[in-house]
Amino acid sequence: MADLTRSSQEAPALSVRGLSFSFPGQPHLFKELSFDIKQGEFVSILAASGIGKTTLFRMLAGLLIPQAGTITIGTQENSAAEASKQGKIGYMPQKDCLMPWRTVLDNAALGLELSGTSKREARRRVLELLPGLGLEGTERKYPHELSGGMRQRVSFLRSLLGGGELFLLDEPFSALDAMTRVSMQEWLLQVWEQHRKTILFITHDVDEALLLSDRVLVAAESPITTLSELNVTLPRPRSYEAALDPAFIGLKRQLLEHLGRTVSGRAGVTV
Amino acid sequence: MSGKIKSNVPVLLFVVLLAAIWEAGTSLFDVPHYIIPKLSDVFVSMWDNRQLLGKHAVTTLWEALLGLGISTVAGTLAAVWIDRSSLAKKTIYPLIVGSQTIPIIVLSPIMVMWFGYEIWSKIAVVILFTFFSIAVNTADGFRSADPDIGALMKTMGAGKRDLLLKWKIPSALPGFFTGLKMAAAFSVGGATLGEWLGGESGLGVYTKRASNMLRADAVFSGVLLLSAMGILLFLAALWLEKAVLSYRRS
Repeated sequence: MADLTRSSQEAPALSVRGLSFSFPGQPHLFKELSFDIKQGEFVSILAASGIGKTTLFRMLAGLLIPQAGTITIGTQENSAAEASKQGKIGYMPQKDCLMPWRTVLDNAALGLELSGTSKREARRRVLELLPGLGLEGTERKYPHELSGGMRQRVSFLRSLLGGGELFLLDEPFSALDAMTRVSMQEWLLQVWEQHRKTILFITHDVDEALLLSDRVLVAAESPITTLSELNVTLPRPRSYEAALDPAFIGLKRQLLEHLGRTVSGRAGVTV
Repeated sequence: MSGKIKSNVPVLLFVVLLAAIWEAGTSLFDVPHYIIPKLSDVFVSMWDNRQLLGKHAVTTLWEALLGLGISTVAGTLAAVWIDRSSLAKKTIYPLIVGSQTIPIIVLSPIMVMWFGYEIWSKIAVVILFTFFSIAVNTADGFRSADPDIGALMKTMGAGKRDLLLKWKIPSALPGFFTGLKMAAAFSVGGATLGEWLGGESGLGVYTKRASNMLRADAVFSGVLLLSAMGILLFLAALWLEKAVLSYRRS
């Protein structure tokens, strides 16, 4: 909670107003959707598969243009497409999207390279961060030599170096096995404590959303018109043990009840 | 490297065994020399005519390499065009894929008609044999480029040039080399066919003349050299592929 009040005075890191979108000839995925993400906040969007989460991220990352509404990133009144061109967003897609022909070092340096940093300087900055991310000694390896969890770490490092203040993480751990996922969640929490960037995290895993976030936004109905909100009042820093806390169980019950209610048709109830 | 040699031992031993069967079989069953000459006679003929064979081999190799080089450039450019233009993707690409079902050999006399009996008709036939595999495989390589990587690069501010150099081309290289290896193997066949249709020199001319004279030992020595040339060109392309795509080995 402390983090939320701390940043409540500043301009939001991300502000979405009246967003509408549909693919040609298909029903609306989003209708007049509005929400804000504060500076330094870790927010999860919890939603069932196929509801349009990835589409939302592609709009925020400037890869798709919404039919109506504005997306403001940072203090400037930028459209999402402009912000992404300026490298203000670190987008981490569901797949790790590592280039098989590049080493860990050069994969992680991609974003810096594209923003005009010299290759030497880019490599130096990657090498500096590798140990802190548990990637020490992997710099000369190719992606196919790494495990799924390690690949996601490299992918995250690439977003971290390529983007500015706002990070969009699209179900980054959904393809990992349960054990690796838990260790990656704890890893992300540690890294976030170090860097304190604003993170918007998509997931369909209730436990994951609660463990990581300051706030959980729930999208249940289609088209998405509102996101109902749950403040996660668990203390930080957190580890996976937080999931055993009675307060965690209580929050999980609230979330599940809400999801159950919206699924059974009584949509729009705020948690 | 020693592991690589070890893995090739069985096939090398098998080739030696086949050579031994050839040599022993022709003597044992008294096969007429104009049907299958003794392997040793083929080597003797090769040695006796080494200067002549060398001259003809250089001609054929030159034709194959020149045709292959032109096909590599033109095929790659065609693939880039197909990748960049959606119109070309819909019109040229299916045509090129479809054209692979035409027996290319039947088009070869047209090349002679257009380009005469000089070296250019042979090169044209080589191009006919090699262009399509390079164009189609490279175009497929471009198509295989992961669109998610491209999208990610765009969020990092990549321009058109970045996308081409850092995403499209590296993605297309494996396909390109598949095409190049096939083309390298086809190129010698194309050059030989071009020479058969009319020419003054080259191993195709040599084998045809020897065949007309029923000199089986000379025909076989030409055939062995042509085979070796095809294998060597293929191996050169393979080596180049391994050198460029070194990330696949580790």
